[in-house]
Amino acid sequence: MQVNWFKYAAPASFFPLAGKLYPWFYALAALLALVGMYIGFFVAPTDFQQGEAYRIIFIHVPAAWMSMFLYLLMALYASLGLIFNTRLSSMMARAIAPTGALFTFLALWTGSLWGRPMWGTYWVWDARLTSELILLFLYIGFMALQAAIEDPRRGDKAGGVLALVGAVNVPIIYFSVKWWNTLHQGSSINLTRAPSMASIMLWGMLIMALSFWMYSIAVILSRVQCIIAERERRAAWLQELGTPDQ
Amino acid sequence: MPKAISPLSLKALACVKGERALFKSLSCEIEPGTLVRIAGANGTGKTSLLRLVAGLSQPAAGNIFWMGQERSADLSAYLAQVLFVGHASAIKDELTPVENILASCSIQGEVVTPIAVQEVLTQLGLGERLTLESSLLSAGQRRRIALARLWLTQRGLWLLDEPFNALDTRAVQLLANRISSHVQEGGICLYTTHQSIPIHAPVSIELSLDPVQLATEH
Amino acid sequence: MNPLNPSYQSPITPSSLTMGWALLRRDLLLVYRRRADAVTVLVFFSIVVSLFPLGVGADPVMLKIIGGGVVWVAALLSALLSLPRLFATDFLDGTLEQIILSPQPLALSVLSKALAHWIATGIPLTLMAPLLGLQFGLEPQGLWALSMGILMGTPILSLIGAVGSALTLGLRGGNLLMALLVLPLNIPVLILGAGAVDAAQSGLGAEAHLSLLGALLIVTLLGVPFAVAAALRISLD
Repeated sequence: MQVNWFKYAAPASFFPLAGKLYPWFYALAALLALVGMYIGFFVAPTDFQQGEAYRIIFIHVPAAWMSMFLYLLMALYASLGLIFNTRLSSMMARAIAPTGALFTFLALWTGSLWGRPMWGTYWVWDARLTSELILLFLYIGFMALQAAIEDPRRGDKAGGVLALVGAVNVPIIYFSVKWWNTLHQGSSINLTRAPSMASIMLWGMLIMALSFWMYSIAVILSRVQCIIAERERRAAWLQELGTPDQ
Repeated sequence: MPKAISPLSLKALACVKGERALFKSLSCEIEPGTLVRIAGANGTGKTSLLRLVAGLSQPAAGNIFWMGQERSADLSAYLAQVLFVGHASAIKDELTPVENILASCSIQGEVVTPIAVQEVLTQLGLGERLTLESSLLSAGQRRRIALARLWLTQRGLWLLDEPFNALDTRAVQLLANRISSHVQEGGICLYTTHQSIPIHAPVSIELSLDPVQLATEH
Repeated sequence: MNPLNPSYQSPITPSSLTMGWALLRRDLLLVYRRRADAVTVLVFFSIVVSLFPLGVGADPVMLKIIGGGVVWVAALLSALLSLPRLFATDFLDGTLEQIILSPQPLALSVLSKALAHWIATGIPLTLMAPLLGLQFGLEPQGLWALSMGILMGTPILSLIGAVGSALTLGLRGGNLLMALLVLPLNIPVLILGAGAVDAAQSGLGAEAHLSLLGALLIVTLLGVPFAVAAALRISLD
């Protein structure tokens, strides 16, 4: 059966596809989360140095991975929308941003919770947490810019330029923050140097990362449905579907 | 006998502002010596159309052809022929009228001498104000500075947005005569206006944007 | 079409360099006519720097440690304050449209305007910075690293600020939004610049930081004007 993938590049065709797919991704996400957390909280051994509190790493590290991955994905979609003038790509970028920001916040929050029992403070300026903080600012900037622009097409394209500039900057920011951190290293606080990894711990984190990824896909698909419905609400095809104009 | 290519050709232009389609499928062939008056009520897209032709916005659909080629093929050659005077006067408050015109001409790539500029400004009734900062001038005077380029330019395609605004009767007459002589020499001029001002031209077209119609009068 | 019609012969357009120079001259003339504005930026710079000792205390040992960072943060904020002058006034009075319609590539026009902005803001900041550094008791090698860093960093700040300024033209709350967009992107410049002062003072030498800053400057000069040009077209669409 030949599938014409380009057909799905039109919002009208993508809308029903997204609607059919996302429940499955929610289910997968829930399943993988159960497995991952079981490993993380019950199977992985207690750490010699850090005790039980280290287990938050099973949420902290996958969340950080997702936050960076989603930013690059968002920048990719936004650039595609800018270069090829495709509406759906820009809508996907808008849909990704809040989820990316959520994972960034989650990484920061869990990092902070980890710091408290370990080092006695709720915040440490280590390389990862600082980079995550800056990444959060980049996400918020992207969303704020698009929220401030009323014309949706101008908002799409402006977001594209911003995301592209940001994406090029992200490695520069990451390396300069890392360098800054090593140079100012007074204490040996390094939140990100996890206890020596038993392979089971790595598996746990990978499965949680996969779960977060499935969750992201589900949320992004349902969010992009809302965005499509809002943008195309006057289009005939949407009215034929009987979607109420709210 | 093959038909000559019209210099400016608008094909199936569509313009969308926010969520409204201002116009769809607007087409027009414009020959040398044509005066095009873009008419329509407020908000129907007159300025948007002019800005599309100028190259400041991209049309939602359709294409613009210049000298037979797609305009995007050689945009800077097109821009070298365009003279756009928008709603805003494009005047810097801190510069004198002469400095303003010298600056705007040289930024656009047109070479003019200060003497020529002074002559034109004097003709337009600004002779007493040449050395004042433009912030001290009235709206009508600033408008006249903005339009002074029309007497100094070599360019063929004029796009004027509400050029007669804020002008007194004498200035209106001067401008109408200037546009008329430009068009009679083979130039093209597209303009929008609320006022009905007679301008002699070999070919006059009226583009009415509500609804989209095309009326040609010779 | 009458091929002999003089209106349609290609006009002799001056080179891009002449047009770029005309734009630069115009912008510098504008700054000169409003000289007082340029001074405001320097006063702001000094005020912000003075806030820190008032806030954290005047212990000379501590001030020497934070001095480089404080001056750099203040320079960042001062550069930000002067950014609206870059495009917003031209946008409001219609001259920006004329610049976009110029046959010259928009990226080159952007460079002209950024250069004018840097001459009006960046150079005064560079000259003022070592004086403020003295208030924090920085040593000569630290002052040198500070000046060199700000000299190379301010053009980067102007250009990255230009992206934010271009994207937020005409928006409500534009200036604050522009700050939100631009400040995170300027963090590498801050880290390298302040790090240079630190390295110089601790005897390690600032060469590594300054060369990286120089490299960042070159990359910015080559790439960012195109992003600014794209942003300008989008905002004026």
